[in-house]
Amino acid sequence: MTTEISTRPMHVDTVTQALADPEKSQPWAELGLKQDEYLEIKNILGRRPTSSELAMYSVMWSEHCSYKSSKIYLRQFGEKVTPEMKKHLMVGMGENAGVVDIGEGLAVTFKVESHNHPSYIEPFQGAATGVGGIVRDILTMGARPIAIMDQLRFGAPEHPDTARVVHGVVEGISFYGNCLGLPNIGGETVFDSVYQGNPLVNALSIGSMKHEDIKLAKASNPGDLVILFGARTGADGIGGVSVLASETFDASGPTKRPAVQVGDPFAEKVLIECCLELFHAGVVAGIQDLGGAGISCATSELASNGGKGMRVQLQNVLLRDESLTPEEILMSESQERMCAIVPVGKLKAFVEIVSKWEVEYSVLGDVIDEDRLYINWGDQEIVNVPPRTVAHDGPVYERPVTYPSYQDALNADSSKSLKRAETPAELAEQLLKLISSPNQADKSWITAQYDHYVMGNTALAMPDDSGMVRVSETTGLGVALATDANGKYCYLNPYEGARQALAEAYRNVAVTGAVPRAVTNCLNFGSPENPEVMWQFKEATAGLADACLELGIPVTGGNVSFYNQSGDRAIYPTPVVGVLGVIDNVARRIPSGWQDDGNNIYLLGTSYDELDGSAWAKDLYDHLGGQPPKVDLKKEKQLGDLLHGAAMQGIIESAHDVSDGGLGIAVIESALRFNVGARVWFTEVMERDNIDATAVLFSESQARVIVTVGREDDVKFQALCEARGVPCLRIGVTDKSSDSIEIKDLATFSLNEVREAWRKTLPELFG
Amino acid sequence: MKIGVITYPGTLDDRDAQRAIRLAGGTPVPLWHADSDLKKVDAVVLPGGFSYGDYLRCGAIAAQAPATQEVVKLAAQGLPVLGICNGFQVLVEAHLLPGGLIRNEKQHFICRDQKLRVENNQTAWTNLFDKDQEITIPLKNGEGGYIASKETLKMLEAENRVVFRYLDLNPNGSMSDIAGLTNERGNVLGLMPHPEHAVEPGFGPDTDIAMRSGTDGLKFFESVLKALVNA
Repeated sequence: MTTEISTRPMHVDTVTQALADPEKSQPWAELGLKQDEYLEIKNILGRRPTSSELAMYSVMWSEHCSYKSSKIYLRQFGEKVTPEMKKHLMVGMGENAGVVDIGEGLAVTFKVESHNHPSYIEPFQGAATGVGGIVRDILTMGARPIAIMDQLRFGAPEHPDTARVVHGVVEGISFYGNCLGLPNIGGETVFDSVYQGNPLVNALSIGSMKHEDIKLAKASNPGDLVILFGARTGADGIGGVSVLASETFDASGPTKRPAVQVGDPFAEKVLIECCLELFHAGVVAGIQDLGGAGISCATSELASNGGKGMRVQLQNVLLRDESLTPEEILMSESQERMCAIVPVGKLKAFVEIVSKWEVEYSVLGDVIDEDRLYINWGDQEIVNVPPRTVAHDGPVYERPVTYPSYQDALNADSSKSLKRAETPAELAEQLLKLISSPNQADKSWITAQYDHYVMGNTALAMPDDSGMVRVSETTGLGVALATDANGKYCYLNPYEGARQALAEAYRNVAVTGAVPRAVTNCLNFGSPENPEVMWQFKEATAGLADACLELGIPVTGGNVSFYNQSGDRAIYPTPVVGVLGVIDNVARRIPSGWQDDGNNIYLLGTSYDELDGSAWAKDLYDHLGGQPPKVDLKKEKQLGDLLHGAAMQGIIESAHDVSDGGLGIAVIESALRFNVGARVWFTEVMERDNIDATAVLFSESQARVIVTVGREDDVKFQALCEARGVPCLRIGVTDKSSDSIEIKDLATFSLNEVREAWRKTLPELFG
Repeated sequence: MKIGVITYPGTLDDRDAQRAIRLAGGTPVPLWHADSDLKKVDAVVLPGGFSYGDYLRCGAIAAQAPATQEVVKLAAQGLPVLGICNGFQVLVEAHLLPGGLIRNEKQHFICRDQKLRVENNQTAWTNLFDKDQEITIPLKNGEGGYIASKETLKMLEAENRVVFRYLDLNPNGSMSDIAGLTNERGNVLGLMPHPEHAVEPGFGPDTDIAMRSGTDGLKFFESVLKALVNA
């Protein structure tokens, strides 16, 4: 050890020096701190921080780690809940991920997180480590990760920079996720010029465990050892959370690529198996993954969560690069590392297991019965802080909020002014154009790069409305997951838009026959320093919390990503909402497409003339204005209950959500799923709902689903709809012998032709 | 019958292979890469994944593992061996099968339901198929392009050692549409597609009858059990 020390940086700033040289000028601004925050640190410590302490506070008090601008709004997710909603919640917000009871002694943990900024700078590594990070969060709860999903938003498809980002991101997810052996079961892909300089790359993971296997990130027993294991610590990702994730991009500034982490999925796969074996052997008292803010975060959070302190020797950290300074080691976001709290008596067993997996480890220090985190560099004390002040008592801001100056004009600019098609031929052309536009087109160019088979439990995956995996091989108990966010709706009305995101994800889970049970979210917004953005955030969080309360499903955790803008232009507010549903036996799941011959096709729900913010308006007319479609959560719940009841009785052959693009698109998607044609008529919907041909085809009214029902179950099904008060209208019949879809009074589309138009868009753009 | 499944660091489809063996009526036995004791199994599966992170070349490091070396020894005595995807790459690197596997023609990882034609139903792993039977099992790989010298290809064809060929679409640019091949003796089979992901209704590829109901992969494992019983 002594020979190593000699090559290491010797001129470190110590607590003694901080006392001796109190007025020393420090780079707090470069580290992303504001002046009042720096003064607060001095106030907490009663002296200036050492450079290592400054490094720790700067990353832990960053927007990304401390939620300082969002905290006051996120509270309502914990407040707007009933005892009934908490019934299945085993671990709520604040931990690495929430844990939900799914019955049979099993639980799942799931969460969605952003990796937006790194994915713009270095798309491949940014997206790859986004997957790696969320999977470690799930693992940290004690769960085996069982699936991933990703929610992607790119710039305009034809923009010269978009292909770079698309290729990098998709390959990064493919590389990392496939190599981890986790099925990728769904997600979203949206193109819009608003995301040009700031793509959104959100990653979701879900894991399963037995109730008794839940692990928490805390160090509660003095004397226990603090062990860092996994990959060595290098210079990658230094200050990722503070420099990258918590500031607006400035294209003219120096490159920020060194702040992007580099991933090694092989190391993570080994780490997953190693951790699960450690958990199983019961040698770990607490565990925390190293993600944003690295060792700074892991040590301070473990100590703070356990209400104890910690003594750490930083020179024991195994390094890839011996020249790293203590500050860099504290801030490094090197991937594939974990920090375990291990009782002394279990050290031998711990070492045996990590050695089996050839995973490196080092004992950093121990847990102490004192409210202090001491970090030494050799014999010099470089950190001496109350852990809670670093991990949990960061600044909280109530940022100014202003109703946007453009909002009234935006809402007044309705799509009513757009000239609607007048002939069936024009309508048919619009429908074809819409199904082949990048946002509605087939996404299999992307999804075919992801393994959705591994683990052998995938019951539904893209292009189905939800992903679904079996959790118990004995009983077939499983979970369904869907995520949604319509940035356009949220831009027009963030309160309604957030409710709609929840409603759609809820519906996408319900159409599979699963019962929605819990919610996660990833709130992607512009700069919180812009009061108009803060208004959007305030509205959206209120909308989501109110909607969760109304639907009776709790938020279990999530993530906030601010500063998503290029220059002054913020992205659309994009609150990605994920809904988890439970299904007692995945064999009962409902397919999203038609398979059988002669089934009756029904439209459930009511259609209104709601074209503002629609794909029709945006993709065909480049128009965005007015008010998004109305959300009626009571109707969504009725619809969900109906679908579940019908699934239990086995009387629905297929169910598909009607959303982006409207009924016309939903009908075509249902046909293309298994290549089964149909005869369809919309005239009765137009008469009943008093809407025209454009509205019946393209309106994006909510709470609507297309289902197919076998003739033998027809009477039963109609009675069920009536009993539940869900409007139900027969709009067609499937025809397996036909290779076309005939829409009465409009056109007959050959399935091959439509499929080709739908399929070729992405390969032509990016192939 | 005991069928071993080797786990290397980075192996992903080991538990899937074990499930497939169980569903076929066999007893799966987990084997560890560092252990040359194959626990007296009657056959061995080298499953898919990214052994040792696919560093150096896919399968190259795993080919040197103690367990693999033991497989090489016993394969020469007739032990039935199935290498799936990464396992196929290991078999090639261990010189149990000729040729090599390179990056897919289009440079992307590809996951799809793949149609295959059974060219040889005389191997330990394919004896329950009909000759020329068309089957569908999942394919998922980044480096599945089969290459070999002209002479080797000629030899493989002449000796009827091409066991599976891609149908409808060659997903990775494999020469002669080769999806899988066997050794001279017919006990060692390597293929890129994944039979272990098509063994259980509800979790396999789509068929004309129902979503995800394809179980064509089960016959691989049933075949080897039959071969072992008859041996």
